[in-house]
Amino acid sequence: MQKGVIQLETLSCPSCMQKIENAVKGLNGVNQDSLKVLFNASKVKVDFDSETITINDIEKAIEDLGYPVVKSKVKSA
Amino acid sequence: MQRYILSKKNSITLISAILIALAFFGRFSLDNMAIFNWSLIIASILGVAPIAIQAYQALKVKVVSIDVLVTIAVIGAVLIQNYEESAIVTFLFLFGSYLEQRTLNKTRSAIKELTELAPESALKQMENGEFEEVDVDDVDEGDILLVKTGVKVPVDGTVLIGEGHINEASITGESLPVSKKVDSEVFAGSILENGTIQIRADRVGEDTTFGRIIELVEEAQDSKSEAERFIDRFSKYYTPAVLVLGFIVWFFSKDIELAITILVLGCPGALVIGVPVSNVAGIGNGARNGVLLKGSEVINDFSRVDTIVFDKTGTLTVGNPEVAEKEFYGKNTEEVLGYLASVERESDHPLAKAVLQDIGETTFSTVEETEVVKGGGIVAKIGVHRIAVGNVALMEKENVKLSEKAKKDVERFEKNGNSLVLTAVDGELNVLMGIRDQIRPGVKKDLQKLKKLGVKNLVVLSGDNQGTVDLVARELGLTEAHGHMLPEGKSAYIEKMQAEGGIIAFVGDGVNDSPSLALADIGIAMGSGTDVAIETSDVVLMNSDFSRLPHALGLTKSTSRNMKQNITIAVGVVLVLLASLLFSEWMNMSIGMLVHEASILVVILNGMRLLRYRLRE
Repeated sequence: MQKGVIQLETLSCPSCMQKIENAVKGLNGVNQDSLKVLFNASKVKVDFDSETITINDIEKAIEDLGYPVVKSKVKSA
Repeated sequence: MQRYILSKKNSITLISAILIALAFFGRFSLDNMAIFNWSLIIASILGVAPIAIQAYQALKVKVVSIDVLVTIAVIGAVLIQNYEESAIVTFLFLFGSYLEQRTLNKTRSAIKELTELAPESALKQMENGEFEEVDVDDVDEGDILLVKTGVKVPVDGTVLIGEGHINEASITGESLPVSKKVDSEVFAGSILENGTIQIRADRVGEDTTFGRIIELVEEAQDSKSEAERFIDRFSKYYTPAVLVLGFIVWFFSKDIELAITILVLGCPGALVIGVPVSNVAGIGNGARNGVLLKGSEVINDFSRVDTIVFDKTGTLTVGNPEVAEKEFYGKNTEEVLGYLASVERESDHPLAKAVLQDIGETTFSTVEETEVVKGGGIVAKIGVHRIAVGNVALMEKENVKLSEKAKKDVERFEKNGNSLVLTAVDGELNVLMGIRDQIRPGVKKDLQKLKKLGVKNLVVLSGDNQGTVDLVARELGLTEAHGHMLPEGKSAYIEKMQAEGGIIAFVGDGVNDSPSLALADIGIAMGSGTDVAIETSDVVLMNSDFSRLPHALGLTKSTSRNMKQNITIAVGVVLVLLASLLFSEWMNMSIGMLVHEASILVVILNGMRLLRYRLRE
């Protein structure tokens, strides 16, 4: 398991959170319970299995929704 | 393509504003209906594009968002050829979200200021011994870093070479520079004001004290209270329900106009954003003023506190005992003070430190046959003299006779809340010292402010004797004082108060009262910023500054009130809109959207007031 922290451009509508939550939860290899979308901090924190999915895949899922990723960090959890 | 359109949202908003203006100009000045209709149609299509894209993306992940409602409403309006409504609604929606973004950034500014203090680069020693600038993420524990004057310390570390003065305001709130030399600890985010140092990285990134503070505040601004989670759950079903309602109305009445108006009026708007906005502004104000509040649940609980329990030592008092009163008996005072200092020099008892500090410069003699008497003091030999230093019990044991005057002095010193140190040379009492901990300056005023803010009980719990505690309580105007308390006793007392229905805050320095900090409804740590207490408590007063406590309480009360106002505004607006749709003639989509967007701005602006909150004198 690895821990990813993804910094997004400023989120301004709370319904964005729900969209991002659903999109990331739907990905394979993501620990659903660990997912946290921080509205005010505009960050996504999630644990994922690096053998099934990469941080780039998660970033892409979020960017496809129209929320540009500023930067991301991965640590071993 | 999709991303391109979304990135041009602001230009689209501007263009549709111009088109709408053109349309009305065409109709009323040129009397040209073609210009009017076509301008509005273009404005509608252009404007709905980014909204429709967002709606599509939301539906793809099975979310019925506001975008979905607005998109359907706009398409419906175009179908019934009500171009005026479709253009104005899209414009208002886009313009509203632009303003929302701008104002939201303001409410978050206080916390952003804090996170921007995080160091970004470091000068790291490479294998060839040279220092090179690297990203702070590339620094590992054990790396050697160079810090120059005027630069932020990039990590928590230890000074290896050099010395200088460091401003640690970002960690402790204390803006007086602290002197650092070899082996001193330095903290990430502090600024080297003069000198040049080389440090070894001990903790990096999020493990540094500064990193932990930032993470705490970030989590706090997004932590949710029970009420908020309810609103979230509610809005998850609310928006689809509005959609269904719209369809039902259309199905039975065949009135598209009415159906799409319901879609717009039913937007949840201010409801979902109201509480997070108050939360982030309140926590931001705290962070700026040396108060860390850990989330909106903490804010709600703290605002309802009716009893505040204080630890004495280090909280109400400075935590640094000093000699307050002394009496001398017999002759050779100077000589005896020298003996006393020589004996106390060997002890690490806190009272001994106070005695030594009071005596200052003196002639020290060699001490022999030192014997520590448990719960009494010290007996030792200096030359031919037998020296006894300790409390009254030790004097009795040593058969030292106290004169009538000495007995009276002892009584008086005790009544004044002193711990006693008596010194006898060869069985004769020579010196009586009364030592007590000084009350923190300004505490009395701060406590009065707390009372004014509606706290009913101010209680002190302490391990000291009852006399000392009573004295502090009387001087500070506390409502209750309990001495002889062990840590277990303190937590038992808090449990008892809670059972009686009180909402209790406990203020301590976290050294030996962590059970009480954890048990109380609100645990408030007087943190120097580097303590573990930061982790275990609900509220941290940075730099152990007691005077932040009234501000913290006042702020949570204001923030909690602000949240309630915002919920009231949001719910009120939806109710008024729906009611006016049923009972009035003038309600339509555009007015509904205008009121919605206005209400969102009102709750954001209302939340923003918290950034400027200050306790009234």
